Amino acid sequence: MSAPLTSLDRPNSYIGRSVPRPNAKRLLAGRGRYISDLKLPRMLHAAFLRSPHAHAKIASIKADAARAYEGVHLVATGADLAKICTPWTGTLDHFKGMNSAPQWPLPLDRVVWAGQAVVAVVAESRAIAEDALELIDVDYEDLPVVVDIDGAREAGGALVNPGSANNICFRSQLDNGAVDDAFAHAAHVVEEEFSFGRHTAVTLEPRAIVADYDPAAGMLTVHHGTQTPYQFQDLYSRHYNIPEARVRVIATDIGGSFGMKLHVYHEDMAVVGLSILLGRPVKYVADRMESFVSDIHARDHRVRARMALDAKGEILAMDVEDLTAIGAFSTYPRTSVVEGNQVIRLIGAPYRFKNYRATLEVIFQHKVQTSQYRAVGHPIACAVTERLVDMAASKVGLDPFAIRAQNVIPDDAYPQTSPTGYRFEALSHQACLKRLHEIMDYDALRAEQVDLRKRGSYRGIGIATFVEITNPSPAFYGVGGARISSQDGAILSLTPSGEVRCLISVTEQGQGTEAIISQIVADQLGLAQEHVKVVTGDTEVTPHGGATWACRGAGIGGETALQATRALKRNILEIAALILQQQPSALDIVDGEVVDAATRKPRLPIAEIARIAYFRSDTLPPGTQAQLTVSHHFAPQGYPFAFTNGIQGCALEVDVETGLIKLLKHFIVEDCGRVINPMLVEEQLRGGIVQGLGAALFEECRYGDTGQLMNGSLADYLVPMPMEMPDIVIAHVETPTADTVLGAKGVGEAGTAAASACVLNAVNDALMPFDATINSIPITPAKVLKALKRF
Amino acid sequence: MNGLGETLLDEVDETLRVRFVVNGRKVACEVAPRDTLVDCLRDKLELTGTHAGCEMGACGACLVQLDGQAVHSCLVFAVQADGARIDTIEGLSESGVIADLQAEFHRRNALQCGFCTPGMLVNAQELLSQLAQPNRDEIRDALSGNYCRCTGYEAIVDAIDAVAKERSKSRNAGGGAS
Repeated sequence: MSAPLTSLDRPNSYIGRSVPRPNAKRLLAGRGRYISDLKLPRMLHAAFLRSPHAHAKIASIKADAARAYEGVHLVATGADLAKICTPWTGTLDHFKGMNSAPQWPLPLDRVVWAGQAVVAVVAESRAIAEDALELIDVDYEDLPVVVDIDGAREAGGALVNPGSANNICFRSQLDNGAVDDAFAHAAHVVEEEFSFGRHTAVTLEPRAIVADYDPAAGMLTVHHGTQTPYQFQDLYSRHYNIPEARVRVIATDIGGSFGMKLHVYHEDMAVVGLSILLGRPVKYVADRMESFVSDIHARDHRVRARMALDAKGEILAMDVEDLTAIGAFSTYPRTSVVEGNQVIRLIGAPYRFKNYRATLEVIFQHKVQTSQYRAVGHPIACAVTERLVDMAASKVGLDPFAIRAQNVIPDDAYPQTSPTGYRFEALSHQACLKRLHEIMDYDALRAEQVDLRKRGSYRGIGIATFVEITNPSPAFYGVGGARISSQDGAILSLTPSGEVRCLISVTEQGQGTEAIISQIVADQLGLAQEHVKVVTGDTEVTPHGGATWACRGAGIGGETALQATRALKRNILEIAALILQQQPSALDIVDGEVVDAATRKPRLPIAEIARIAYFRSDTLPPGTQAQLTVSHHFAPQGYPFAFTNGIQGCALEVDVETGLIKLLKHFIVEDCGRVINPMLVEEQLRGGIVQGLGAALFEECRYGDTGQLMNGSLADYLVPMPMEMPDIVIAHVETPTADTVLGAKGVGEAGTAAASACVLNAVNDALMPFDATINSIPITPAKVLKALKRF
Repeated sequence: MNGLGETLLDEVDETLRVRFVVNGRKVACEVAPRDTLVDCLRDKLELTGTHAGCEMGACGACLVQLDGQAVHSCLVFAVQADGARIDTIEGLSESGVIADLQAEFHRRNALQCGFCTPGMLVNAQELLSQLAQPNRDEIRDALSGNYCRCTGYEAIVDAIDAVAKERSKSRNAGGGAS
């Protein structure tokens, strides 16, 4: 563990302390302010008629009866909205050669997935709007459907977008070192083809938006359940041609997001247009069935990979091919190729081999779009790498811990660059491996496994090392031309009564942003945390910034708050020094009091400085202008990303009669740099792990051969439930980044990154006596029984 | 989307007057026969602490107490609840009856986005009213009609476990917490 940033035994030392989230009390009392709760005067409600076909031409839309229906204010088609909204295209410049068709809020002449919104109805109530949908008659002419990777790649097969040469969105290749040579001289080669099903975020609160256009003011206000209000301010402004300063996006409480709520959705863009057309607030909340067919999905990869090793188990090379099928479009504005790009760049990342080759092919198909969801690409890269490492260990005759200890980049060897070009400042794989071995009581688990096998119980033990991308610089999106900020801003004020208000661009979705920002401000200023008020999520109030995604809230937002607070403290002490006739450097602030820096003797409450500055400036020396509000921006510099690392372990039992898997216990050792609030970090890890466990065992969007989603409800799509989930044991290693004063990196995706890989390894470990293997996620009972040749 | 024919559309305009005792206070409101209790509570009575997560009784976000028992308010039509006593998260908070659960959830951060939390608290209260000293497996089992996508559940289980022990202790000491 590194030395703490501040000493935890002095007053106002909050960095490194588990304190509860101040704003959680509202949520516990049912006083959340979610967008789905919002009601505005004269507000109308939108509902959407959706395509029952995965691919069809829209021959005609007859909506007269719906228009005439009492309570209906507007029926709008693609053509109506295209008159006021410019189309968008989900490509970025740094993904060379990628393509995607232009998109409008509602389709003009063709539907490209089952569930795509086709016609909007706006009415007095949601119920009336849905009634009116029943009166609309759309004539569709079926077109050939592309529903999977193989169909999409068939020569001369159906095209997702007629007129295009093929169904390929993007291709990429990496080739470093001498891969062929390494394989030619390898003592051992392991190879496997893996498949990863589609799954989706299933936030408990579905997507929700209230758009409120005031034609008199020329002002658009959008109350939007999103992680990224600034990104949407920019997009609404540009696509609806409203000056940016006249677009306000407010993101209040959000019922879960996990990356899903930062993409442009057709319905959301449509709702903004509907409000502009009507000059009234229009609300749309997706119901659960709509969420399943219109929220982004994620994953859907097929990866063939092989690994070369020498006789002692040293990894020499990897060779990888990733095929991934997205929707009919690449998602805007972050694209649908980032996941595949990260898969091929993250594979093998914990290990020190240098020969690496990978190809990526991103393919269109007639399903809802895939895009960034928690741990983008990481679970796939991790599962492929870690399963091959386990297969290699078994072939060479090494224990899974031993082969990893032998091959990870040593803790004292940093900085390092991966064969795919990622730069690692400082990671701690060795320390994490050692710690995991201890907290798992690994030798005892193995002994128990042997013992239980004799009695017909099949336990499996799996481990998985990982790295995680956090604190992204403009290298992530900015360089590709996306107007997505990698910097954050804060405005910090000392109020007249001596409290601090912090307006900051990072947003809160429940992970504790407001809590950690108030901890940092209180700590750095020298004030009790309850005297710090943090305000987030309103583009009219908070400065422009990236907001909260890709594990950047603590690392970048936290550093922004830290630097802003230090600036405000300097200004407060300047005024204090004038009043007290001292040098500012001789003074400090502790618990809201200016004190002698040397003796800690209280001199003056900061509330008194505020009173004098705001109400009795006449008593300050002439020429003094107190600056008790500071604004400050921070953009990450140095490494393009702050990589974190860790290792997970799990113990489970496979019932070889039923194929059911019982998770017994899960373990993680994680290094996210400076820990600001250990409790919140651990809760991020637990929540992330459980989403990964869901992917490992249960979650899959299953499609029929006509492109229909077969399990699009919460009764059919399996989300992890409490009785299926294990307790999770957590340990930390702390390697702060030297790129910031705070030293914090991200943690929100680490759990999801490796949980499914861990389970995959553990299930294969359990099945070892049967010579049966699993190479597909989710690991359903049917797949287990099939592997056992019992189904 | 409910498949109503054109001839039926006129009938949806009809409303009925229902009366409840909501959070200890008598209320009356006009509802359509098809209005669910969750929509009535949220839209008509502005009790937005009760959430609609799936509208099919799977996720538990809409749990309220109906005549003292936890019920999915998305599976009950408002007219079916006519005459009933309904307690929502707002009322349970104000009366202080779940204050210990709320405090323990807060202390352990047994919530993140908070959307599932009101339903989770209603169910926790239901469990503890039926089983004074549930073990962890029983708690996990009882919560399995409440989805939480953020926490991974462990802190929720810990919080309920701690409150169960505390309530038992004060009951044994004659404290009489319910």
